[in-house]
Formats: sequence, C-alpha cells, structure tokens
Amino acid sequence: MSKATVLVRLKSEVLDPQGDAVKRALDKLGFDGVRGVRIGKLIEIDLGDAPVADPAALKERLAKMADEMLANPVIEDFEIVV
Amino acid sequence: MQAAVVLFPGLNADAEMIRTLELVGAKVTTVWHTSAALPAGTDLVAIPGGFSYGDYLRCGAIAKVGPIMKAVAEHAERGGYVLGVCNGFQILTECGLLPGALTRNLHLRFECRDVFVKVTADGPFSPPSGEVLRLPIAHGEGRYQASAEVLARLAGEGQVALRYCDERGAVGEDANPNGSVDNIAGIYGGPKKNVLGLMPHPERMSEACLGGTNGRELFDAVVRARRAAS
Repeated sequence: MSKATVLVRLKSEVLDPQGDAVKRALDKLGFDGVRGVRIGKLIEIDLGDAPVADPAALKERLAKMADEMLANPVIEDFEIVV
Repeated sequence: MQAAVVLFPGLNADAEMIRTLELVGAKVTTVWHTSAALPAGTDLVAIPGGFSYGDYLRCGAIAKVGPIMKAVAEHAERGGYVLGVCNGFQILTECGLLPGALTRNLHLRFECRDVFVKVTADGPFSPPSGEVLRLPIAHGEGRYQASAEVLARLAGEGQVALRYCDERGAVGEDANPNGSVDNIAGIYGGPKKNVLGLMPHPERMSEACLGGTNGRELFDAVVRARRAAS
C-alpha cells in the first residue's frame, strides 16, 4: 500500500494561540527549555495498492490537493512526504 | 428584492436569516448546496452562520466545494449581492470571494455576546459611515488575518466595512473580541463592493424582541441599494 503524508503548518508569521496555550501547559508541568510550540496538521492519504508509476506526477497531484483543499495558502504552508 | 439563502449541512443560523430577509420585504428562497444554479432573478445570496460540515479541516473548507458555490461566484462576479455571516464569512474567504482568513480567536475562547462595531466604509450593505451598531457574535474562529498587501488594499479602497469598537465608537484593542487585525469585523469584496462578509450576526439583532434592531439596518440598506439600482 502506498501512502502519502501531507504536513500542514501555520505560516511562521501567523500567531498560533493554541500552540502558545500548550507551551504554557508544558511550562506548568515543569518541562524546562520549551521556547515555543506550534500546532499543525498531519494528513495521511491512502493511495491504494497500485504501484506509483510516476512519482513526480503524484507529488504534483498531491501539491494541487494541498493547495486547493488540505491547506489554506493564506495562512498555512504544506509539505508533502511520499 | 429576491433573496436566496444557501444551506449547507451544519449551518444553524438559517431561520433568523430567512426571517430577517422577509422582515425587510425580500422574497426568500432556500437553496440546498447540491444545486448547481441559483433561482432565476436572485438579487441577493445570503450564506448564514453555523458549523458547515462540523468545521472539519478548517471552518468553511469543505463547503467551498459545494456545487452551488460556482453559481454564487458567478453571481458575485456579475455584481450581484452576496452576504456571508459568521461561517458564511469563513466560507467566502475559503472560496476566495473575499481575501484573508479567519483563524482561532486570540484568547482561544468561543465568544458569545454582544459587541459594538463601527461602520467604516460606504457600500450597499452599510448604514451611514461612522454609525456604531450593537450586534451579537458567536464564534471561536473569527480572528481576521490577511497579508500586509491585502490589508493596505482593503484600507485604501474603503473595503473595511466594520471594525470592533466600544460603545462610543472608539476602535481599540480593548474592544477587540478575537484579536482580529486592525479590529476588522467585516469586509467588502467583489467588483462593486457587492460582497460582504462579517463575523457578527446582524440577523440576530433585527427586531425589538431580540434586544435591538441595529442588525436590520444592514438588510434595509441592501434593499434600498437594490431599489436605487433598478
């Protein structure tokens, strides 16, 4: 089975209040040295059993999926791991 | 005025949207998201608030692929009126009819209360510029964000329709319920400022028994604009 993973992260200039709240919780638990926490999404896409014929074309298709639906390019960046 | 209220699964502010449109004299039709066309003669498309598709992935992200949205985009490009309230605003930004994005409230709280907003632009939905309106909000992801270029364009072209303010109309951080950049509560888009998206719920402040009629003023304004244009 082939599987693709799309990582979606808030752009660095976009404030992540959720990540900040988790950072403060880690501080309260006594974990030192946490300078910051950013929360994103991990999206796994099951591509079925057929072997991948054209990895470059697949990556391009996944990028299109990410651009049109999985990430919002206004506030998020994405990374594709095949 | 013929209004089409577009419905997606998970919206919950459709009843008050329909009632308010009828109060200002509109003939209202509801349109399910699977329709590919708007009713003939539609002047105004309204997308109510709620939680379309349970806010899965991102608020409004799944709704943008509904077949009806292509017809809504064409209506907007022709200069037809489009109103998106709360989740409706999120849907309009997700599908690109309005710029920017609505993100998690700064303090992570779901804010459900009345706020004040100031009318900061002229446009078909706008009461007189400078007027202060009391309107309810109910959202967890209403912090408006946009790039510096988009913000400059919105300000330069008079497209910032509403800003959060205090009771006296002072726009400041203390009056900002969600951390929106520049206190932005609503913006105009479209070729003729014919598209309005806003986080507050004007349809929930549209008759005296609801605590006030400030919200109705936006609907009265667009009815007047429609009449003036015909």
